[in-house]
Amino acid sequence: MRAVVTVTGKDKKGIIAKVSAFLAEKNVNIEDISQTILGEYFAMIMLADVTSATEDIASLAKECEEMGKTIGMSVRVQHEDIFNAMHSI
Amino acid sequence: MFNQFDVLETIDMIEKEHLDIRTITMGLSLLPCIAGDAKTTAEKAYDLVCKRAEHLVKVARDLSGEYGIPIVNKRVSVTPVSLLCASFPEEAGLVGAALDRAANTLGIDFLGGYSALVHKSMADYERTFIETIPEVLATTTRLCSSVNVGSTKSGINMDAVALMGEIFKRTAELTKEQDGIGCAKLVAFCNAVEDNPFMAGAFHGVGESHAAINVGVSGPGVVQHALEAIPNANLLDAAEMIKRTAFKITRAGQLIAKEAARRLGAEFGIVDLSLAPTPARGDSVAHILEELGISTVGGHGTTAALAMLNDAVKKGGVMASSRVGGLSGAFIPVSEDIGMIEAAEKGVLCLDKLEAMTCVCSVGLDMIAIPGDTPASTIAAIIADEAAIGMINAKTTAVRVIPAPGKGVGDSVNFGGLLGRAPVMPVHDTDSSKFIGRGGSIPAPIHSFKN
Repeated sequence: MRAVVTVTGKDKKGIIAKVSAFLAEKNVNIEDISQTILGEYFAMIMLADVTSATEDIASLAKECEEMGKTIGMSVRVQHEDIFNAMHSI
Repeated sequence: MFNQFDVLETIDMIEKEHLDIRTITMGLSLLPCIAGDAKTTAEKAYDLVCKRAEHLVKVARDLSGEYGIPIVNKRVSVTPVSLLCASFPEEAGLVGAALDRAANTLGIDFLGGYSALVHKSMADYERTFIETIPEVLATTTRLCSSVNVGSTKSGINMDAVALMGEIFKRTAELTKEQDGIGCAKLVAFCNAVEDNPFMAGAFHGVGESHAAINVGVSGPGVVQHALEAIPNANLLDAAEMIKRTAFKITRAGQLIAKEAARRLGAEFGIVDLSLAPTPARGDSVAHILEELGISTVGGHGTTAALAMLNDAVKKGGVMASSRVGGLSGAFIPVSEDIGMIEAAEKGVLCLDKLEAMTCVCSVGLDMIAIPGDTPASTIAAIIADEAAIGMINAKTTAVRVIPAPGKGVGDSVNFGGLLGRAPVMPVHDTDSSKFIGRGGSIPAPIHSFKN
């Protein structure tokens, strides 16, 4: 089962390091990353395998949101199907 | 890997433009609950609803957490209660109270189906049942009621229409301490549908399975935002944009509906292709029409803009779902849409224009406060006009008006939450009592004979 992790907010140092370390701790495997910076705005999208994660997506989402707050970023974890459904036929 | 713009678009839709699943409604057949007396029937209905929908709230919460999309309402619709109570209609209130208790136990928002279908004629037991509605709505909190008074196939039952005028008045009177809130839970329909997930008109038709999941999506803010990006586009291009947006919104609904049905052991019923507003700013159908170029909703051009919007929403949505149904279209409830509220307060949006708008969208005159001293026959005549539009155009129409007790034009009512607030709108002070007093029925139109 895969989830999409999105991180958005004002660019600063160490965002990827912090987020990926947190996900590794939860036994989440990152399969793909894309990242852009638009002016001061940072946007990163990760595709992550959560099959053997230590908790379910909903709890993971909550914890990531909390962790994001500590570095001033919005971090979301969502089942990949919501994006598949809305953007592919 | 996903296109990052697609991913960010979905997130913006949810976080900034109020995209949500408006309701997951579990339709339940209560036919197995019919017993020889009201008390036993009520107990069986309570047990069945509590058992079958036990996990509804939890599943909705889980899905919301996993997919990162809000699910606003959790609801249950049931078999029209008049059918359960045909042999003891005067005690139907016991069943209504039990269903309201079940809704409280489950922690759901509303339970619909305290309903009767009398579109062709009204049996004695149905009349007795309908007479119980005001008292039942005044003594329950989450129970919703609807009565189907007409259909394209059978015409309009004008005796039922006349009775409903009285029922709206009595319901308002019995809930006068709360501005007549009972009427916010009561709808008179023409061409009522059996798989509607929206309140107050949801009930579970007898042609449905034992349990079905019907989902209503929402996203007026998403459509408005998409149109803002093409401010000078011609209307053909604007319609295309609405279609594409409706497709995406509906796909989210389809995903949630399928998954909810699987987890709850119910059949996937339908996705209702709806644009349902809330009183929140940025979640308004009126503002979409204004974005298209009508300076204030209710002004000239409103009906044309709404017709285009409604049609484009359906075209986009139909391809996105394997089964569509319910009311499907843009809703125009006055008290639940900030743009409608403001246009009504300015005096631009009036009852006559709203009636014209209901010819081209779902569903009808919805959540409109009218003066408390409006005669029952006038309310009945308003219902008859709406039913005629539904009957002739083979579409669902409905009336949910609130004759606000003790209030007149210039006052307003406030129900709070999703039900919102509404200025009391004027009605014509002409007399329709002779027309309504004639009774009988309006025959089905010639184009209904298609066999």
